[in-house]
Amino acid sequence: MHHASRAYRWFLGINYVILTLLALLCLFPIVNILAISFSSSDAVKAGSVTFWPVDFTFSSYKYILENQQFLNSFGTSLLRVVLGVATNLIFTILVAYPLSKEAAKFRSRTFYAWVFVFTMLFSGGLIPGYLIVKEAGLLDSIWALILPGAVPIFNVLLMLNFFRGLPKELEEAAWMDGAGHFRTLWSIYLPISLPSIATITLFAMVGHWNAWFDGMIYMKSPEGYPLATYLQSMLQQVTMIQSEMMTLEDATLLSQVSDRTTQASQIFLSVIPILLVYPFLQRYFVHGLVVGSVKG
Amino acid sequence: MRSNYRQFIRNVPLHLMILPGLIIIIVFGYIPMAGLSIAFQNFSPIAGFKNMNWVGLDNFRYLFDLPGFGQVVWNTVFISAMKIVSGLVIPVLVALLLNEVRKTGFKRTIQTVIYMPHFFSWVILAGIIVDVLSPSTGIVNMLLKAIGVEPVQFLASNEWFPYILVITDQWKEFGFGTIIYLAALTNIDKSLYEASVMDGAGRWKQTWHITLPGIRPIVILMVTLSLGNVLNGGFDQVFNLYNPLVYESGDILDTMIYRIGLQDAQYSVSTALGLIKSVVSFIFIGLGYFLAYRLANYRIF
Repeated sequence: MHHASRAYRWFLGINYVILTLLALLCLFPIVNILAISFSSSDAVKAGSVTFWPVDFTFSSYKYILENQQFLNSFGTSLLRVVLGVATNLIFTILVAYPLSKEAAKFRSRTFYAWVFVFTMLFSGGLIPGYLIVKEAGLLDSIWALILPGAVPIFNVLLMLNFFRGLPKELEEAAWMDGAGHFRTLWSIYLPISLPSIATITLFAMVGHWNAWFDGMIYMKSPEGYPLATYLQSMLQQVTMIQSEMMTLEDATLLSQVSDRTTQASQIFLSVIPILLVYPFLQRYFVHGLVVGSVKG
Repeated sequence: MRSNYRQFIRNVPLHLMILPGLIIIIVFGYIPMAGLSIAFQNFSPIAGFKNMNWVGLDNFRYLFDLPGFGQVVWNTVFISAMKIVSGLVIPVLVALLLNEVRKTGFKRTIQTVIYMPHFFSWVILAGIIVDVLSPSTGIVNMLLKAIGVEPVQFLASNEWFPYILVITDQWKEFGFGTIIYLAALTNIDKSLYEASVMDGAGRWKQTWHITLPGIRPIVILMVTLSLGNVLNGGFDQVFNLYNPLVYESGDILDTMIYRIGLQDAQYSVSTALGLIKSVVSFIFIGLGYFLAYRLANYRIF
């Protein structure tokens, strides 16, 4: 270890190169999109844009920010994230705390735990799920996007494993001081669970921001689409065209679809919120996730 | 008796806490399971649940007779098997490489960057991938052209499409997959390495005799748990990347369920297919958890 051999130093050098290439491979497509979004559409059509904008311009961003549907969808997504994350957090914590108790102290615990976990293993599937949302009268409402996934079981498991890892003495001390379960959860458990809470907050945020399928099936008109669903409907048309298999029908679509620069800037604008949140929470989720998933 | 009563009183708040979540799970988790009964009916959304019209196994027979059904099952298993294998091998390799890096700044930067694609949705990534792989203006084909190779229609070719799915899935997820292995690697007892150096073991021997056995339990765990995904080809990814030209090689059970159910409005047939998928998946997940419990002492909660 003290004197690295020549072969090992070679290995280290190559290792650095490989890892750097892997990281660049993850970055390039995103840089490519960014470059396209700031380039003129002529340059993009000519195929001369790679990783640096050609004929730098803000015009596609100006165009999007005047697009009412984009702005509406952005707003819908923001509202969805706020309501959805709050709902997810409340349910996750309220369910995880009782389930983290020992079966000897809370007898129904194992029963409850299986009731919840079973829905992770088996589900009614697409159509029955859709029919329930419809019967509940939630179609076209933002709650159709929030309530069906209000209790994220995976996050509950992360949280309950974290709660379980906390020292028993904390809880006992709280009880000695006359605190009940609600008080113990609120004043003792939550403040020391911030890393785990940060992790599940990140997951819930990203999940809600990225979700597109439920918006597509539960919103009757595109006006109610969250951003991801709106983008999906725009990009899907491009997929057809890009694969160069146009029918007459697609050709008419093409005339309505904005060009690649606009697509690129929409894509970029929609990942900005994730890029903003992710670096701050990253150090938590690595820790939180590992604590939650790897047990002895 | 008295202490039982006291314990119950003391636990009432716990029941109250769990109640709201329980209601949500019953409404959106269990009632749809009851709704699976429409797989055995000729369900029409207009008639609703009131006029049940039981048809026994007709919907299942219809499905099995569909031309191409076998192909869809094959596509699903083939694509997910490739994803499972590459999803195990690549993250382990990357974790091993990252583990050799001593400069923390470099290590952290690489980690941050390779985790990132995991947090983008397939909608966004499909937008990027379609662009990057475009035959006329995509950067990959531009590079191919530069070295004199004919442009490839990656997303419109049945030969390429399944592999594009696997490659892009790995591109999105390998960084995230490394987290767990990296954590396992850092937990290996350092004194083992020191002892092996005393015994004259080189780097390769250390890797072979200490590092790999050290992460074996985690690898076994991940292999067994991944069994549950055998019938998941990845709906989001396939749906956003495919087009009718590649249905032959890219159509998976989930996309078929979607097309039959919500596009063709054949609710009962689609639910029958969903039921088959749920049951088979359940068996595989159960098997996975059982093996994980036996081999790696893993428990869900």
